Amino acid sequence: MLRIGQDLLDAVVAHARADHPDEACGVIAGAEGSDEPSRFVPMINAARSPTFYEFDSRDLLALYRDMDARGEEPIVIYHSHTATQAYPSRTDVAYASEPQAHYLLVSTRESGREPGPAEIRSYRIVEGAVVEEEVQIVATPGR
Amino acid sequence: MSVEVRIPTILRPYTDGAKIVEAQGDSLAAVITDLDTRYTGIGERLVEEGSLRRFINVYLNDEDVRFLGGIDTPVADGDSVTILPAVAGG
Repeated sequence: MLRIGQDLLDAVVAHARADHPDEACGVIAGAEGSDEPSRFVPMINAARSPTFYEFDSRDLLALYRDMDARGEEPIVIYHSHTATQAYPSRTDVAYASEPQAHYLLVSTRESGREPGPAEIRSYRIVEGAVVEEEVQIVATPGR
Repeated sequence: MSVEVRIPTILRPYTDGAKIVEAQGDSLAAVITDLDTRYTGIGERLVEEGSLRRFINVYLNDEDVRFLGGIDTPVADGDSVTILPAVAGG
């Protein structure tokens, strides 16, 4: 199960809408071993594509160094699908390389850049096996 | 030549969980060969048909080795090699 704050989820959806029709991507980092996503880090999709995403290689190094320095790991790795459902594609499964992370997918196919329904689902992807998990949304204090 | 190699989470099962290991070699290729002698199998996770795998990023200090000499990039004593799988998908 993924427990995630409403504010973080809102930030992911906003990023997905802003980059639609290209795929948006990023991570939500958190303290190593905590399983608690806390720091939203939107990344640039270096592929700038509606069907593919990839973190820029220099950005990737900077991100991991930053997380290392903070004692963090990627708790959530998110990306959007802009024309298909929020289910991992074959390439998503082939390249998934963080077995401890929650892979969060958002589909903007229904409402695109506009406010409206956005399908949000979460998965574990380990050694080629996809397991969907429940997303439990935690209200953000003070909002 | 002794270099420090940073190992990503997904490859730590090969290194008994170690995040940082030492390796010897005067090129990235030699460093990977040295790693594979002690951590059997790690080499083929990094290299395919003599080149680095497309979705494995390897950095020498601060630079992606694709912008240097790829797998033939020379390394010097005290260099730091960082391995990071690409974060990518469709």
